[in-house]
Amino acid sequence: MIGQALNRVDGPLKVAGRATYAYEHWEAGQPLYGFIVGATIGKGRITRIDTDRAERAPGVHMVMTHHDVPAQGTPDPSIPFEYWRAYPALSGPDVHHYGEPVALVVATTFEQARAAANLVGVEYAGGPGSYDFAACQDQAYAPDALIYGMIPTGTAAGDLDTGFDSAPVRIDVRYTTPYELSQPMEPHACLVVPDGEDLIVHVSTQIVDAARASIAGTLQIDPQRIHIIAPYVGGGFGSKLRIHAETILAAFAARALGRPVKVALTRQQIFHLTGVRPTSSQRVRLGAQRDGRLVAIAHEVTMHTNRHSEYIEPTAAATRGLYAAPHRLTSHRLTPLDLPRGEDVRAPGEAPGLLVVESAMDELADALGMDPVELRIRNEPTVDPERGVPYSDRHLVECLREGARRFGWERRPATPASVREGQWLVGYGMAAGIRGHIQAPTAARVRLAADGSAVVQSDMTDIGTGTYTILTQVAADGLGLPPDRVRVELGRSEYPVSPGSGGSWGAANSSTAVHRACEALREKLVDTARNDARSALHGLDPAGAKFSDGSVSIDGVSEALSEIVARNYPDGMAAEGETLAMTDDPNYRDYALHTYGAHFAEVGVDADTAEIRLRRMLGVFSVGRVLNAKTARSQLIGGMIWGVGAALEEEAVVDPRSGAFVTRDLAHYLVPVHADIPDVDAVVLDGYDDKANVLGAKGLGELGICGAGAAVANAVFNATGVRVRDFPITLEKVLPGLPPMET
Amino acid sequence: MTVFIVNGQKIEVEPDPRESLLDVLHGRLALFGTKKGCDHGQCGACTVHLDGRRVVSCLTLAVQADGREVRTIEDVAREDGTLDPMQQAFIDNDAMQCGYCTPGQIMSGLACIAEGHTGDDDEIREYMSGNLCRCGAYVGIVAAIRQAAEQEA
Repeated sequence: MIGQALNRVDGPLKVAGRATYAYEHWEAGQPLYGFIVGATIGKGRITRIDTDRAERAPGVHMVMTHHDVPAQGTPDPSIPFEYWRAYPALSGPDVHHYGEPVALVVATTFEQARAAANLVGVEYAGGPGSYDFAACQDQAYAPDALIYGMIPTGTAAGDLDTGFDSAPVRIDVRYTTPYELSQPMEPHACLVVPDGEDLIVHVSTQIVDAARASIAGTLQIDPQRIHIIAPYVGGGFGSKLRIHAETILAAFAARALGRPVKVALTRQQIFHLTGVRPTSSQRVRLGAQRDGRLVAIAHEVTMHTNRHSEYIEPTAAATRGLYAAPHRLTSHRLTPLDLPRGEDVRAPGEAPGLLVVESAMDELADALGMDPVELRIRNEPTVDPERGVPYSDRHLVECLREGARRFGWERRPATPASVREGQWLVGYGMAAGIRGHIQAPTAARVRLAADGSAVVQSDMTDIGTGTYTILTQVAADGLGLPPDRVRVELGRSEYPVSPGSGGSWGAANSSTAVHRACEALREKLVDTARNDARSALHGLDPAGAKFSDGSVSIDGVSEALSEIVARNYPDGMAAEGETLAMTDDPNYRDYALHTYGAHFAEVGVDADTAEIRLRRMLGVFSVGRVLNAKTARSQLIGGMIWGVGAALEEEAVVDPRSGAFVTRDLAHYLVPVHADIPDVDAVVLDGYDDKANVLGAKGLGELGICGAGAAVANAVFNATGVRVRDFPITLEKVLPGLPPMET
Repeated sequence: MTVFIVNGQKIEVEPDPRESLLDVLHGRLALFGTKKGCDHGQCGACTVHLDGRRVVSCLTLAVQADGREVRTIEDVAREDGTLDPMQQAFIDNDAMQCGYCTPGQIMSGLACIAEGHTGDDDEIREYMSGNLCRCGAYVGIVAAIRQAAEQEA
């Protein structure tokens, strides 16, 4: 069962429009609608807020501002991950960024709430703010904090300056990456239903436990009084790891009014209210011998942060584990601006970091006159270059070779701008990818009913990742049941606690916990049967027990699980299983656990207009054991498409006068569409990482992005001879460097 | 009074003149299969069929539906629950991940077939470009539409 390409078990619901997302629950009857009013300045204070006209508008039930929001908890820095901390909203007259909530209007209908929101009159004083990243570099500072409370911002080995300066071949380049946003298709939304002293919260969230903790901490009530329901989440990509203002304000309003209140952010509001991947300026220095062996690697990153609320993206961290070299330097610095704060966006750190490092490696290959694939292979480390520990299961070289073979890499244009097919300049590019695998404490419960069917329960979410399906497979495998005898229930705070979907840790965490629960259940079943005089297995040696087809057999004697359960536990039996924290598992200390990828892309660049079209793309990946071949491939391709978007399209542009994002909808913040994506394929090498967990599986939800964009960028260089170092690579950046038009 | 047919059923509502067809489907008829992704006609998640042709229901005012026939994702499976070949093709080809864009993709896919725009994969991609998928299920979606188109032929 494990590894098979089982169709998504929630597929029938999703294709029929019957999967229910946060905003859609109707059990509590007609709700009230909330609409957030956002600040129209980037920095300053509210001096006056006039809610009279809004309050008197048709259908309006309340208008909440910082004057009347109830007392709120503040974020507790001793809580290790910020997603579990309080998130106060409307907490005072100060404005920290454009769009920050200044009021919530609640009305009978959505149209009434939206119209009344426009009637709230706000006057401001203060500003101007700092919004221009490039102009504020003199204010960059090295933060004191550890990234995620765990990762140092700076590392060094050897003597980088000397090592680099004395290298025969040197690349010293600066790249920039833009502000990017997660932009899940489902806007951030919630429906909060008061239930006595409790609140039932339907919310689009990646981590149920964090949502509960954050809401409880902000509202200053017992977490047991908050009930989170999130069975289906329409994408998160980092932006729903934490609770944001719309949920907090909806909760306050629901409590105050004693009525269900729903709030969904508009697509425009998402841009200012849910965090952003920081813009970055990255300096990469690569020093190499003439045979390509690296002697020096430096990756120095400066990124934006909101002045009041720090977020450090680990952009140079992936470089630390990627290639060997004796002289090394990585650093992260923050430039304080009055813009929305940074938050995790899919593959935080690796996405912008590998985009740049793998482009720089391509520049080195070009300077050396060396095949980019061979350059990577030449620098393959034998141990983690900065931690000094062995890799648990590293197969980057196999990915590179297999990818090169399948792609036809030998047909790559030998020199840039040398191949033309009709209107198109054609080029090939490649890049390596790496991502650390992590693990966190997770619990799951499996119940076996008297009819022999199983139910898996976890507060784990399925954000499109396929959790429902893989846990069905793990439980079916663990109990020897056909998959249609297993039901998976997710996304409720009443279920055993997990750290949710994020960091690509969800699948391995939850699968391991479910596997352990099944182990415990199997032991209990066999023990029960052999001690039961009425059982066919009475007195038999448990060592040879085998589970399949809904039965357990020992030495050829078998009994249906339903019989054992019905006779001994007519109300059903259950067991729990858990996954340990990384810090409690010595493998994570003694080994470097990563997943790996190799990307190959072919692009065409229009010889006259410099329009860039992807023609085909292939990723070959090593992830340990695959839990479901179909959903794994989908996740990886999805990540690769994100890489294409990062390389060629995505950019949130800031208005330097107001600190607002000018690109504020899906027509201006461009994400890949159908026509942008031709044949893209992902191949996964068979594998098993026995250091990761008992299933040998590692996460892959973000691996697809890692390095993908660089393969596309490198293909553009190969096609045109033009190296663009400011992402996204749009045609006006390539055009000046193209050969003159033929007349 | 605005009177129209939704999935074969006659509906009478007095919409707020600002109310979109999408918001009527949600707020008055509890038909949430059609999704709100952007409310600006940019993402296609709200695609429904109006008199047999695909439209974005977020930019269709409810009053514009007067006297017309609306078909939503809830109408696509058969009465007995059997899935339409397009829906089954989506499942077979894993043409979804989070599922939020899926109803819109299916409604657009069905329309593509009816419009005769499934000649080859490039044509499918071009005519499906009004339906965004942030999960990046495009490869599976195109394969599903091709499979369903072939079955239809």
